[in-house]
This record gives sequence, C-alpha cells and structure tokens, in this order.
Amino acid sequence: MRDALVILAKDLRIEWRTREGLSSVLVLGVLLVVVLTIAQDPSPETAPTLAPGVLWAAFVLTGMLGVQRAFVLERENDCLAGLLTAPLDPAAIYAGKLASNVVLLGVTQAVVVPLTGLFLHLDLVPRLPALLLVCLLGNVGFASLATLFGALAIRVRAREIMLPLLLLPLLVPLLIGAVQATCAVLVGGLAAASSGLGVLAAFDVIFAVAGWLLFAYVVRD
Amino acid sequence: MRRLLPPLTGLTMLAALAIVFLVVPTEADMGIVQRIFYFHVASAWVAFLGFFLVAGASAVYLWNGSPTADRLAYAAGEVGVLFCTLVLVTGPIWARPIWGVWWTWDPRLTMTVVLWAIYASYLMLRGFGGDDPALARYAAVLGIVGVLDIPLIVVSVRLLRGIHPAVINRTDGGTGLVDPWMRIGLLVSALALILLAAWFMDLRVRGARLEEEVAALRRELDARRGEVA
Repeated sequence: MRDALVILAKDLRIEWRTREGLSSVLVLGVLLVVVLTIAQDPSPETAPTLAPGVLWAAFVLTGMLGVQRAFVLERENDCLAGLLTAPLDPAAIYAGKLASNVVLLGVTQAVVVPLTGLFLHLDLVPRLPALLLVCLLGNVGFASLATLFGALAIRVRAREIMLPLLLLPLLVPLLIGAVQATCAVLVGGLAAASSGLGVLAAFDVIFAVAGWLLFAYVVRD
Repeated sequence: MRRLLPPLTGLTMLAALAIVFLVVPTEADMGIVQRIFYFHVASAWVAFLGFFLVAGASAVYLWNGSPTADRLAYAAGEVGVLFCTLVLVTGPIWARPIWGVWWTWDPRLTMTVVLWAIYASYLMLRGFGGDDPALARYAAVLGIVGVLDIPLIVVSVRLLRGIHPAVINRTDGGTGLVDPWMRIGLLVSALALILLAAWFMDLRVRGARLEEEVAALRRELDARRGEVA
C-alpha cells in the first residue's frame, strides 16, 4: 500500500514538472469532443442526446493515448526495468500506476465533461453528484484495464496499434454501461441509472482485481 | 483415437447433412432458410467452447508454464475465431429474409461481434507481437481477461434493445423445436462441428510443436556451421 503511494507520488511529480502529458491529453479530449460533435452535425434539439456517446468515445480515445504515453515515458531510459529491480511487489506497482492514471484521466474528465455540457446544451449542475459517480466508476474501470494492457502493449512489437486493438473490444461493456448510465442520469437521476451503474461497478471490481493479480505475469522477466 | 478423428468427423458431418436436409421437416413460418439454424447454433456452441478453452489453457500455462497448454490455447483461439466467423456469416444469411436486414444491434449479435473482436485481437497479438518468448505469457493474460469480460458483455448488451429469437430456452415455456428430428439435427450437427474443431486443434497443436522443433534444429545447425567456419 505504501509502495503504491510512492509510485503514485513519483508519477504525479514527473507529470507536474513537465505537465506535458496532461496538457496534450486535455487538448486532445477537447478536440475529440469537437470533432465527434461536428461529425454528427446535430440540430439544437438532437444535440443533448448525443452527449453521452460523444463524451465516452472521447474519453476512451484520449485515455488510451494518455495511458500509452505514461508507459512510453517509463520505457525511455529503461525506467520500468529500474522500477522492477526495486524491492517492490508488482501488484504495488500496478496499484500505483492505476492510481496515477485515474488522477490524470480524472483531471481530463473535469475539463471535458463541463465543456461537453456547454457544447451540447446540457444543464449539468443539478445532475452533478450523480454524473460524478458515473465518471468516477467509468474512469476506474477504464484505467484498470488500460494500466494492465498499457504495460503489456509497450513490450510487444507493433505496440502503437496493439493497445487499441486489445483494449477496445474488452472495453465494450464499460462503454455500454457508461453511456446508458449517463443517459439515465441526465434524464431521470441516479435511480434510473442503476443497471448501467451495476455494470460499471462490476467491471471495476473484476478488472481491478484481475489486473492486480495478473500484472506480475506481464512485467516479470 | 487420433487416427479415428478425421473419419469420425466425416461420418458425423455426413449424418448431420443428411438429417438436416433430408429428414428434418421444413419450418412452418420461415421455410427453407431455417435449416441454416442447425449449423449457426452449433457453430456458436463450438466458438464458446473454444473461447473458454483459451482461458482454461491460459490459466494452466501461467500456473505451470506447460508448452502444450500454451499451444492448446493458441489452437483453441484460432478454432474459436473460425467458428465465431461462421456464426457471423450464417446469421445474416438467415436474418436478411426473416428480419429484412443483414445486421442489427441486437444484444446477441452485439455480443457475438464483440467476442469475435476480442479473440481476433488475441490472434493479432500472437501473430504480430514479435518473437519475444514472453509473448505466450502476455497472450495468456489476454486469454484470461477475455473470458472475464464475457459475463460483463452478456449483462451489458441486455441494456440494448433485442429481437433475436430464443429457441432453446423460451420464456413462454417449451422449446421452439417442435419436431423431435429438429433437436436430433441440432445435436448431430453440433457433434460434427465439435469433432471438426477437435481435429483442427489437434493438427494445430502438433504443427506448433513441429515448428518449435524445426526452429531448435535450425539454431543448432547454425551454431555447428559457425564452429566449422
């Protein structure tokens, strides 16, 4: 647990010193929301119904690049090898990396979600607590799988294409759950979103545990 | 047993074809196109068996590092994707005259295409991931994560709208297969496809072992050549 916090602090410090990853992921997230909205050419009436799909598609795509970048950084100068020679449990490395990815993606969401509300004429303020829960659950589930497969993809050939190829089909339940829950929250509040939230919560638990157990097999040499 | 597999597969296949096309009565509402059901559903069963076998063999491989388990996982992945492709080909052929469209985003259709994508990406990883010996371990991780995803996919696609017929377990009680020959036809064609899948996997597992032997011999040969020179 303490080891995981050390990894988290290290990653956040690196990020804070350059702010390169965060700013590029933020701009990319905004850009994707714009592009995905324009691509559908919505009328003012249909615009709000697009929001959940646009939001989560943009989140998944930016998140994938953000996580990949975090592992590319570790690869430079063999940082990951150094990390693995340290007397750390691989599971602790996984937990720390997972936490730092969740923070990075959470900051992105904090900018992209209000912006989507603005672009697509949604009044998010009364729905904020419920929306926050959906975003958090989606974020943790995404990061659980992305952290495991980010570490895996960086070690194989054709790594740029391998991460989206492996990750996207596995993320389909998360995407369906998150979009359905966001829709329900925007229309009817938290109670209506229970089935979507259930899928998200189950996804989070299953893959956080799976990642925690399997990470050692990915990074072990 | 291994020698018996090809002729046994052939005979069962012939029996399945004979039952499905000569014995089973034509379905009253849908007509002749319904006969594709016997291969469509049987292929889906074999595909699922293949996917679960990938996960099982992957878990064994991570546990004890057995190369046979690894080869079996790879072969099961190939067979699973092959039969899943057959499901995705036979389904639309039936759907076009019955539903009027080749494809719709019904829960079962969505689930099948997502599973196909997961295990196609498994084959991509194994095929194009390079020649790192650790690749088998990475693939095993994916094989296990893939099967953990299946229940989540099943639950999440139910949130989508559905029109796919449920033939075996109908909510209104009874089965859609009114004639006993329909059930026999389905079971015999499932048996034929399972035997076919087993035969394919046996060939692939043995092929993979031979490939590894050839690679080892080639390395030895190169080393000896180096000594002579």
